Formats: sequence, structure tokens, C-alpha cells
Amino acid sequence: MRDVYVGGVAMIRFGRYPDRDVPDLGAEAALLALKDAGLGIRDVELLACGSLFQANAMVGQRVLQEIGQTGIPVVNVANACATGSTAFREAWLAVASGEHEVAMAVGVEQMGKMGLLGAPSGGARIRTEGVIGSGLMPAVFGQAGMEHMRKYGTTVEQFAKVAVKNHRHSVKNPLSQYQVEVSLEDVLNARMVAYPNTLYMCCPTGDGAAAAIVVSPQKARQLGAKVKVLASVLTSDPWSERDLTLPDVNTLTRNAAAKAYERAGVGPDDLDLVELHDCFATAELLHYENLGLCKEGEAGRAIDAGETAHGGRIPVNVSGGLLSKGHPLGATGVAGIYEITTHLRGAAGARQVEGAKVGMSHVIGLGSACTLNVLGV
Amino acid sequence: MTASGRARRPIVPFLKLPDDGEPYLAGQRCTRCRAVYLGARRACSKCTAEGPFEEIPLSRKGRLWVWSIVHQSAPGIPVPYVVGVVDLPEGVSVRCNLVDVEPDPKHLVFGMPVEMTTGVSQQDKDGNDVVAFYFRPAAG
Repeated sequence: MRDVYVGGVAMIRFGRYPDRDVPDLGAEAALLALKDAGLGIRDVELLACGSLFQANAMVGQRVLQEIGQTGIPVVNVANACATGSTAFREAWLAVASGEHEVAMAVGVEQMGKMGLLGAPSGGARIRTEGVIGSGLMPAVFGQAGMEHMRKYGTTVEQFAKVAVKNHRHSVKNPLSQYQVEVSLEDVLNARMVAYPNTLYMCCPTGDGAAAAIVVSPQKARQLGAKVKVLASVLTSDPWSERDLTLPDVNTLTRNAAAKAYERAGVGPDDLDLVELHDCFATAELLHYENLGLCKEGEAGRAIDAGETAHGGRIPVNVSGGLLSKGHPLGATGVAGIYEITTHLRGAAGARQVEGAKVGMSHVIGLGSACTLNVLGV
Repeated sequence: MTASGRARRPIVPFLKLPDDGEPYLAGQRCTRCRAVYLGARRACSKCTAEGPFEEIPLSRKGRLWVWSIVHQSAPGIPVPYVVGVVDLPEGVSVRCNLVDVEPDPKHLVFGMPVEMTTGVSQQDKDGNDVVAFYFRPAAG
């Protein structure tokens, strides 16, 4: 495997675009990323396109039909919430393997106001939701948080502080779906969705797109691209005690972290910022420990101490995270690459993590898939 | 057939409704590594052995591992409801609704003993009673 660099990145503001369609959103991000890289679509040798709810609709090809049908190989990727980050890894592999000099990943999703993920489809004849437990994401991640509470005595307030932090961060991100600060009291008093996650502790649905272009070392020199992919790792859920009953989001993240740190030759202490999968506030605290950002059982203390806030020891989700920036499923993983790259270039404006040299983007797709991408300059 | 003349069917295949005994959950145990599953599989996802699996009746009593209270659900589903994960002594856990307990965190305790109960949850499209299992607080 050879080194791979990030040549260009872009994302459009996450939000709601009811008058547009998926290929159009993806095409906008793709053109912005090409412009950012200083390349044209004729330079791109492979496209990996992540779009979950239109996974059977050839979105990658339809993006090219909007911006240039060059006849290149296209793969359309679906991997739950890790769809975009898996597409990025496919593009990375295409260049790392030596097969291609330039590859593009596009992540795009249009969710509208589709409601709760995991809700039974209209075709189900026998209702199981709310009869034999819950498969809805708020309840799944509520219970995952309750495991942490059970093991370590983590409090509802500590989980709620994650939402306060990430919503505060988003105020400085012009591409965030929401840019509104909320107080701890606001979060705790908001409508309960699934205990202990209240409304502000759940990510919104929305629309969005992001794109990233990865290039060979030779191409990177030509373009002046400095951000290098230090590791790109994908894991699935190994057997663990209750994984088939309550998806275990911890073990596959720990496996991915061990591999990513080894590949990248860095440890958690070397990270200047992390974008991690805060689909619910409860999830963020679990991943502090899963990624080694703090010691076992100390995630609650870390959020209390402000260690993961902007300006803290290890800033987490300075973009606003999924909780506030939004989570258009297929777009999320590529948007994580955009965020880290932007900081490593020193171009993140008001939310810049000063002097950032190494950053990591983590995504979980339930069912389950985990990606970790470590970038450095 | 029930007294009403309608047939009864379980909500999931691993809920067994014997004519001459109490309803129970059935597990499939890998005879090599002893991992227990709800529902059949081709091979053991823990040790990868292609069985053989043996069907074992699971205890009706277990302990509550974790829980949540769902206040917002899919359209048409009454809220709130209490959901949980129950650990059974055979080494398998089961996802369920918790009944006969207030939807209030102060009544839900990690590790509390619970027992299985069953009830008709709905009718299927042919008018048969669909029997579901639930767990409720039990004496230690």
C-alpha cells in the first residue's frame, strides 16, 4: 500500500432541501471538492458514492450524469450510518493499491422529515416495536448509555452536557444544520424521546452532501496537498455477549481504534481533534473510552472537566457533531473527512483547533460497521 | 384454538406455546462452545462450528440488564413504554417490553429480578391472536 493524500474536500450546509434531489446535492458537493483540489472531473479515475436510502438507485452514476459522464468505474456504497465513510475508504483503497492516481468519494442523503430510524416499515404485518422491546435508534442508544451508567455511575447530567457542548460548538460552524446554543437546563427539560436522551440529545434528520478527493503522492506534490491519510480502517461487529440483542457499539470501535493507531503510528494522546459518532448524546461518552481518549469509566469526568470542549485537552466534535451539525446518513462520514482536513489546513475559521496536526474521524453504522480515518500533516 | 375459536400464534418463532404447558422461550445452543441463540442459524457466530445445535427451554426468570423508557415512537404506537434487555441464566439475553411497572426511572433497577409473562398483543390479518412475551418484576 502506498501513501494517500486528501487533495480536495467540500460539504454543503446540512439542512432541508425539499426542492432538490439526491444527485443534485451530490453533484454540488462533488464540483466544490474538485474546485478545492484544483482538478476537473476528467482527472477523477474512480467514484465511490455513499447514499443509504437510495442505495439501489445508482446515485454515483447519476451524479456523473450531472457533472460529466467520463465512463470511470463507479461503486455505490451502503453501510448504514457508516455509508459515507465506507465510500471514502473505497476511494482510499483505489489509490493506496496503486490502481488509480485520483479517486473521489461522494456522500449524499436526503431524509426530509422521515421520522425515527429503525421504525417498522409500513409492510410489516405483525407489530413488534413496543411489544417485544424497541428497535428504534433512540431506545437502542438510550440503553447503550444505560450500560455505561450501570457500569460506572455516569449521570443523566453528564450525558446532557454532551448536547450542551456540541450545540455550543455548532454556533461557529456556518455549515451546521442548527447553530443554536442550548443550556443544560434546556437539554434536561426538553421533551424526553427515549430515556435518558431528550430531544436535544438526539441528532436530527436532514439532507446534505459532502465530497473528498484522494490522490497519490505524486499528484499531491503537483497539487500542493499536505493532508495525508494515516489510516483508514473498517470493522464489523464481532461476537460479543449481548450484540444480537442490543447492538454492541463498543467492541467494534475498540477493534478499529487498535488497528488505526497501529497503522497510523500515533496514539490517542497525539490527536489534536476528533469527530466521533454522537448520533445520541449517550453514544459520545462511550466512544471517549472506546477510542482511548480517556481512561475506562472516566468519560463522565472528562465531560465534566471540559476536556473535550473546544480549547480542552482533546476537542471532540468541534463541528457541532451529529447532534447539531446534522446526520444526513450517507453524507456524514465524508463530512467528517471535510472537518478534519479543514482543521489540518488551518482553514476552519472561528472554530479552528489551533495548530492541529493529527485528527480522527469515527463513524458507526448500526448493524454494525465502524470506520476510523486518521489524517495528519 | 382459544375459547373464542381463534387460533393462537407466537409473535416470534422462539416463543413456544405448548397446548399442555406454560409458554416458554426456546434457545438454540451450540454443542461445541455452548453459546445460546434465539432462533436457528447455519453456524455458530461465536465459534463458527456448523452445529449441531440443541434446542433448550429457557428459564422464565432472569435479571434486568438495562432499560429505557420510550416516549416517542413510530406513528400509531402507544407511548410511553418500558423496554429492556433481560439476561437469562442460560447465557443469552432477550429484548423485551417490561410490564406491570410504572414508566418511571425510580421503579427500574439494574439487576432487578424479572419473570416472563405472555398475552395477546394483536390480531394478525387472518384474525388469529398473536401472543407476545413480556417481562415483569418478580420476587428475588
